[in-house]
Amino acid sequence: MSAETRTASAPAPQVPARSRFPRPGRGPRRGRSRVAGRQGLAGWLFVTPALLGLGVFLVLPILLALWVSFRDWSGLAPLSTSRPVGWENYRDLLLESGVARTDFAKSLRNNLYYVLGVVPVQTFLALFLAVLVNQKLLKGRTFFRTAFYFPSVTSSIAVAFIFVFLFSPTGLVNALLSALLPGTVSLVWLDEPTGVIHVLLRLVGMDSPPALLAEHDLMGLSWWEWLSGPSVALTAIMVLATWTTTGTFMLMFLAGLQGIPEEIDEAAAIDGVSPRQRFFRITLPMLKPTTFLVVTLGLIGTWQVFDQVYAMTSGGPQKTTFTPAYLVYREGFQNAAMGRAAAIAFILFALIMAFTGIQRLVLRRED
Amino acid sequence: MAVSSTARLRSARRLGGYLLLVLAALAFVYPFLLSLASSFKSRAELAASPVLPWPDEVTVRAWELVFLRSEFPTWMVNSTIVTVAATLLRLFLDSLAGYSLARLRWRGRGLVFAGVLAILSVPPIVLTVPRFLLLKELGLLNSYSGLVLPLAVDAVGIFIAKQFFEALPRELEEAARIDGANIWQTYWHVVLPLARPALVTLTILSFQGTWNEFLLPLIVVRASPEHWTLPLGLSTLGRGGAGGQTFDYPVMLTASIVTIVPVAIVFIIFQRFFVRGVAASGIKG
Repeated sequence: MSAETRTASAPAPQVPARSRFPRPGRGPRRGRSRVAGRQGLAGWLFVTPALLGLGVFLVLPILLALWVSFRDWSGLAPLSTSRPVGWENYRDLLLESGVARTDFAKSLRNNLYYVLGVVPVQTFLALFLAVLVNQKLLKGRTFFRTAFYFPSVTSSIAVAFIFVFLFSPTGLVNALLSALLPGTVSLVWLDEPTGVIHVLLRLVGMDSPPALLAEHDLMGLSWWEWLSGPSVALTAIMVLATWTTTGTFMLMFLAGLQGIPEEIDEAAAIDGVSPRQRFFRITLPMLKPTTFLVVTLGLIGTWQVFDQVYAMTSGGPQKTTFTPAYLVYREGFQNAAMGRAAAIAFILFALIMAFTGIQRLVLRRED
Repeated sequence: MAVSSTARLRSARRLGGYLLLVLAALAFVYPFLLSLASSFKSRAELAASPVLPWPDEVTVRAWELVFLRSEFPTWMVNSTIVTVAATLLRLFLDSLAGYSLARLRWRGRGLVFAGVLAILSVPPIVLTVPRFLLLKELGLLNSYSGLVLPLAVDAVGIFIAKQFFEALPRELEEAARIDGANIWQTYWHVVLPLARPALVTLTILSFQGTWNEFLLPLIVVRASPEHWTLPLGLSTLGRGGAGGQTFDYPVMLTASIVTIVPVAIVFIIFQRFFVRGVAASGIKG
């Protein structure tokens, strides 16, 4: 996604149940069934090119890749030279101790913090901006809406470069922080691997991990390392991601707000309910479906972050901006381990499908 | 007294709202303005003053480098070719399939549509390895076809087209049929002209998506610089190219701005169609 931006996979629209037409061959009316036959042929003819496209470039390759995830293949030699390895690719990532598992663990940790940081902030900001833009009698609504949404439609690489510039040691971000905080801030954002939780602990005098956290590990990564928080470099990418996607979600909230009948709010206002209470007791509950949609799309998108990592840090410093999506690229296209890359992709796929599945279930229940 | 204090409170609140909005808008717009200004600064000036949104001394060095002494123009031509080809194919194939799913009745239609919906939720990153694999087996790596064909149909587009066709009144099609038009003629001469708003939405979504697409070119034409598109070429100006902290920021920013401008122009002209696209892909059908 491209950034999740990107076209995050859309939620399940409902299949309209329309059966206005008799099914072909249902009745004895020959005239109609001939029309149905012609339509049947045209129907298939019309849809076949698209189906071919989707089948050849989506469905077939996914099946092929599933097969490859059980093989040892460099991606360079012909596919026919690959050999079957059973569950080895998956085992290397999840069970067997080694660099592959540690890297994967790091990517999961990083992405987890990324999700925990980006999704709540962008959801809250999007709602906040939507409420501001939705004010009655607001002048310049179109301008504000345009300004907030614009970053969402731009090239992920181009805005990533703009942010590399903003986060450079002498850039705008450090200048702003220097103005707000005592002293001069000259943080080398994109080269700083320390996790923000570790930074905070250091501020209160805790430099080394307690024995408990240093001695235990999960997937080859010590508990202390799991609890590092996002690195400073990853934090910069999180700021970029929030900045780019907030506008899209603001539009969704705006649509949600405009779907709320004005009379309800007006009636409550006449009854003397304060604006604050009206927002929390009326508007917010009515926005629940939109909020749910925004959160799920956010989850789906943030688990796929790739472009920004590639352009801003290439996974560094010290692997603190590795994400599963970035690892797919790195293992497959830089380390010539296409089988393992496919395995990572399918683990990620399962994760994302779980979110999509939950979303569909909940949406269906609400209908 | 009471009235005027409520009124004052209300106008204070309104002012506060505006202030917040203006601040927020600044946070969203300023990075672009600053980048544009910085592209006209010299490297020395940019290092000394990286926050002012105008250059002290205008220099076009970066613009010259980008347009006259880099492969940038080639990338731009490639991006244009790929975007136009993919968009035309998408318009045709998506609307054709959408029409068939919306209006024609045939056995298996429900199943096919369910399949399209399922594809809708496949996350793009998962397609990285599969697409590479297939294009390699088909011998389409390092070619324009490899860049265009995977983008020639998309499930979202089919979905949008189908929704639109379902909302059209049937009378015109029925009249055309009665006048003896066959299904193709009805589709081509009657339905498509009515579908212009949907087609514009599809065009814009496709233009924006294809122009910005990075992952696909990265895996398909990485080894062949003459096929690089703008985002891919652009990415080599950063860490992939110079490396470390020796970025040539004016050049990076110039190239970024130029990459953004075409989408920005389309966005400003066709804003409401973008909004409709978000609504179509975001809100459940």
